[in-house]
Amino acid sequence: MHSDDVLNLFRKMVEARRFEEKAAELYTQGHIRGFCHLYIGQEAVATGVLHNSLALDSVITSYRDHAHMLILGVGPKVIMAELCGKSTGCSNGKGGSMHMYNRQFNFYGGNGIVGAQVSIGTGLALAHKHKGDGGVALIFYGDGAANQGQVYESFNMAALWNLPAVYIVENNHYALGTSMPRAVAGNSLLNRGDPFGIPTISADGMDVFDVIEKSKEAIEYARDGRGPVILHMDTYRYRGHSMSDPGTYRPRSEVEQIKRERDPIMRMRNELIEAYGVALEELERIESEAEEIMEKAAQFAINSAEPEETDLGKDVILS
Amino acid sequence: MSDTTKMQVRLAIRDALAEEMRRDQAVFLMGEEVGLYKGAYKVSQGLLDEFGEQRVIDTPITEYGFAGIGVGAALAGLRPVVEFMTFNFAMQAIDHIVNSAAKTLYMSGGALHCPIVFRGPNGVPRGVAAQHSQCFASWYAHVPGLKVVAPYTSTETKGLLKAAIRDDNPVVFLEHEVLYGLEFGMHEDTELMPLDRAIIMREGIDVTITAFSISVMHALEVAEILHENHGISAEVINLISLRPIDKNTIVNSVKKTGRIVNIEEGWSSCGIGSEIISIVTDGAFDYLDAEPLRITSADVPMPYSKKLEDLALPNADAIVDRILRMCGRR
Repeated sequence: MHSDDVLNLFRKMVEARRFEEKAAELYTQGHIRGFCHLYIGQEAVATGVLHNSLALDSVITSYRDHAHMLILGVGPKVIMAELCGKSTGCSNGKGGSMHMYNRQFNFYGGNGIVGAQVSIGTGLALAHKHKGDGGVALIFYGDGAANQGQVYESFNMAALWNLPAVYIVENNHYALGTSMPRAVAGNSLLNRGDPFGIPTISADGMDVFDVIEKSKEAIEYARDGRGPVILHMDTYRYRGHSMSDPGTYRPRSEVEQIKRERDPIMRMRNELIEAYGVALEELERIESEAEEIMEKAAQFAINSAEPEETDLGKDVILS
Repeated sequence: MSDTTKMQVRLAIRDALAEEMRRDQAVFLMGEEVGLYKGAYKVSQGLLDEFGEQRVIDTPITEYGFAGIGVGAALAGLRPVVEFMTFNFAMQAIDHIVNSAAKTLYMSGGALHCPIVFRGPNGVPRGVAAQHSQCFASWYAHVPGLKVVAPYTSTETKGLLKAAIRDDNPVVFLEHEVLYGLEFGMHEDTELMPLDRAIIMREGIDVTITAFSISVMHALEVAEILHENHGISAEVINLISLRPIDKNTIVNSVKKTGRIVNIEEGWSSCGIGSEIISIVTDGAFDYLDAEPLRITSADVPMPYSKKLEDLALPNADAIVDRILRMCGRR
């Protein structure tokens, strides 16, 4: 990979993390309300998978959706403004953190119902096949959603109908506070496609290069008309399930160890310095630029107007 | 308008689907037994042959999953018609109807919309007991972001289904198993029908009777008895749309008659009748000459025994009796 491309990936991961840190700050200050699910720790997954996607592909994920949008190219201002419930937000302040969409980037949310995006995403794949446009649906979900019945209803139909669906399970090992061994029989999600004849490709979701390599293989498989495929991402989230979760179900030492040994941004930083000979100053410059961009996004969001009273009844139904 | 030919409701549905599928490649039908089997109630005869497997999709028995798939396809620009073998089974899919289809336009600030039709038989088909005999009209009519229609005649069914398929909103289209086999005259000049208008089926001056789906048949029967045997002139309104409800037609009628009766197969509590009464008290309170009347099924799960089932359902004699009391004639 060319060093410019690698630097670009680094920039995206850093921006995703700085965005989430800024969102946490605004949440603590009371600018963001309700649920706010942060992606910190999992950045390599969305960055690596979406590195291989084409503009015509469609993307859908859960409520942990800020980073996916940002990495797709939706600007941080409209995302942060939506988190703050402002009229300038990408859903005009009506969706909030969990309900954000973008037509231009074929991003279909953001879904607050655990697992619902897997069926809807399978419908996106059906639409690609119906139109014959060569696109694939990239469907992100977590280890928690992987126990929902509709996931397997979708696998069944996607396999029966040979749909171009890539199911990306972001296994961060905790469904809110319930650890994998307490929720997943067999303590593994690697064989969940087996009964349907859907292959599973596994990647280290904390290593963006591994994610890129494995997701390239998976996306090509689906795009070639060979049917659905599952991408299993072994990843980890550093923060609570949402901002209101203190995370008492796991020892602090576990989180600290993963940050120390597997952090995707730290690993990439080292790789850039050692393998690509990038100067430390260059990386620090990218980091401080990301910090500035997110601060500006925060100021934009804070200073934006709230929706008008007349917006309450708009967009309920099309006339 | 002239009645040229008679047509079964099930054929009116089939024709509406076929015409819309010919008109627009984005329209497709999915559901259990819709293709090879030609529909569990033989509604989709000939569609697989004409349009092929990609547009007449037989699904496994998996309502939650295929409702979600339909929503995804609609968000991506297709126009799915999702058939539930009956709306009883749509309870497994109601999350996608309400949370995914109805709310996305609003949650996205208008960025995405969901042009989808959820259709199938609703109500009480007789002899099939509690889990297969229930009216879901008020459940869906409660939800902002949905349109809900329940046609009665073949002409309405065809015109409304075509309009529902072309509508850019999610539409819940409530059919009735008993109506599928009934024949009605088809108005040749009917193309699309508005999804939000009630129709006055019979004009009258003494009492307004509102109803939808098969209950319109009961309302017309009751109106005839009232006229023939008791000299009471009933106005019968076929509601058609349950969201939005055509308030003006109801209020204007009650201003004329001073009395309102709603007939439905659903339960009384939080039912369509309750909503009708609320509309009338809002819009024509001072015109009321009698307490509004709700005719509904008994407040019990539908029993299997024919004797008990007959007792549980609204029946013409009992309705006539209650309307006579309402008119001070008993």
